[in-house]
Amino acid sequence: MLKTWSIFKREVASYFLSPIAYVMGAVFLLLSGYFFSIILLATHSASMQGVFGNMAVTFIFVAPVLTMRLIAEERKLGTDELLMTAPVSITSIVVGKYLASVFTYLVFLAVTLFYPAILMFYGSPDMGPIFSGYLGMFLFGAACLAAGTFASALTENQMVAGIVGFGVLLLFWILGWVSAAVTGPVGDAISLLSILKHFDDFQKGIIDLSHTLFYVSFIFVFLFLAVRVIDSRRWSA
Amino acid sequence: MIEVSNLTKTYGKARGIEDLTFSVERGEILGFLGPNGAGKTTTMRIITGYLTANSGTVKVAGYDVFEDPMEARRRIGYLPENPPLYREMTVKAYLHFVCELKGIPKSRRAACTAEAVEAAGLAPVYGRVIQNISRGFKQRVGIAQALLGDPDVLILDEPTVGLDPRQIIEIRELVRSLGGRHTVVLSSHILPEVSMVCGRVVIINNGRLAAIDTPEGLSRRLRGSRCFMVRIRGPHEEVPPKVSELAGVRSISVEKVDFQDGKPEVLLSVETEVSLDVREALFFKMAELGWPILEMRPVDLSLEDVFLKLTTEEKLEDVVEVAASA
Repeated sequence: MLKTWSIFKREVASYFLSPIAYVMGAVFLLLSGYFFSIILLATHSASMQGVFGNMAVTFIFVAPVLTMRLIAEERKLGTDELLMTAPVSITSIVVGKYLASVFTYLVFLAVTLFYPAILMFYGSPDMGPIFSGYLGMFLFGAACLAAGTFASALTENQMVAGIVGFGVLLLFWILGWVSAAVTGPVGDAISLLSILKHFDDFQKGIIDLSHTLFYVSFIFVFLFLAVRVIDSRRWSA
Repeated sequence: MIEVSNLTKTYGKARGIEDLTFSVERGEILGFLGPNGAGKTTTMRIITGYLTANSGTVKVAGYDVFEDPMEARRRIGYLPENPPLYREMTVKAYLHFVCELKGIPKSRRAACTAEAVEAAGLAPVYGRVIQNISRGFKQRVGIAQALLGDPDVLILDEPTVGLDPRQIIEIRELVRSLGGRHTVVLSSHILPEVSMVCGRVVIINNGRLAAIDTPEGLSRRLRGSRCFMVRIRGPHEEVPPKVSELAGVRSISVEKVDFQDGKPEVLLSVETEVSLDVREALFFKMAELGWPILEMRPVDLSLEDVFLKLTTEEKLEDVVEVAASA
């Protein structure tokens, strides 16, 4: 636990010492700000419903870039030999690193709190959906970052990690469209796996346990896979 | 302190290491010698738990590295071939991070770090960012990292590679000073280094144990006789038979014949019985004949030769095997 904390701290420092957090933060906030302004101008309503959806889609592109470095770079630079031979479990390493990416994401999200603040200043928004929307954004983003962390564990090439991470997220995104083409229980079952489908209710102000559980399990599965991938490497190369 | 038994590791079809068995005593400095690709790094990675073997066991301080990895790792300090450094961190922050990784309690951290910094001679760069310090200092940071927490066992993979001569000497001195207090396993493909620093040497080649002995023992084992070179000013044809007549001389070979200032000279390599020193007899005999000895020096079959011999023989076998199967 303590070691997870050490790894987390080092990783956060590394995020903010390199340009990556700033660049991705800028991209994410620029697009979010654009969506917020445009939607506000178009609808004239003190709500963030459409904004969250667009922010979520934007984050699908941002997440793999944030996480691609996490584990791939350790292997590239050989620092994984330090981590893997220290008395630290692989789970601690993966979780520590993953939480650092989540923390960085939370910093981005914290900046977007400006938007509801603006709404509150000029109008009287319904805070319920905004609160649940942020909860949904948090869970959704954390899930994306878990998939990205897994992708980063697969390779020592950051570029490949980023592309694979994006591919995985894209796949889980477009699964939601399948229900339109495939009807019946199969289509429903497949669309249940869509990461964005589960986000809809949060936007509307509904905090549903099943959606929350989906994201939590999604995170768990991908982090578990990342640990397995790293562990299996001991046997091969 | 370290017991390696019947260790085998294969990479797909390629052989990594095969049936490696050796042990290292407490406080000993063991050299791990072999050409590149012999399996030195693989063996070290298995000892440290970075890799898993296909079969065989490794015990460090009594703990099996596969069954009880955390306990074993607590007792190992490891310097991989490329020092595992985070370039954007300062030396200070990096060592602090490694302390945390190793689970050194907060109360002991300052003392541990100070000790490692002192031992590795890092004081001049302690506050600097790692990417800005020299290669030699980076290597020292790697060593300091391994020393943190005063582990019983130090595994150093090619600690002097890529350093300039002065730095190499410094690092060797440092490693030598670590013996006694720590059990050190050091790999190298540079022979003088190993014979200078290590008490015992393991030679591996193609993943197999080729020899294990003290540096002197290794060269003695191969020699079984003594050898010296002698340069004599005298007639080319007459000198060699006179020398080989002497009691105790096993064989001689003429290395070179030439003329210096118009006078004939012969350079001989003389192999003698270990029990008998013929140099004195040679001196009087030559004095009697009026052929001055210009130079005489003992030839110690160096570890380099041992190494070459061991590895080239192995290679020849392989060639024969291939030829036979073809």
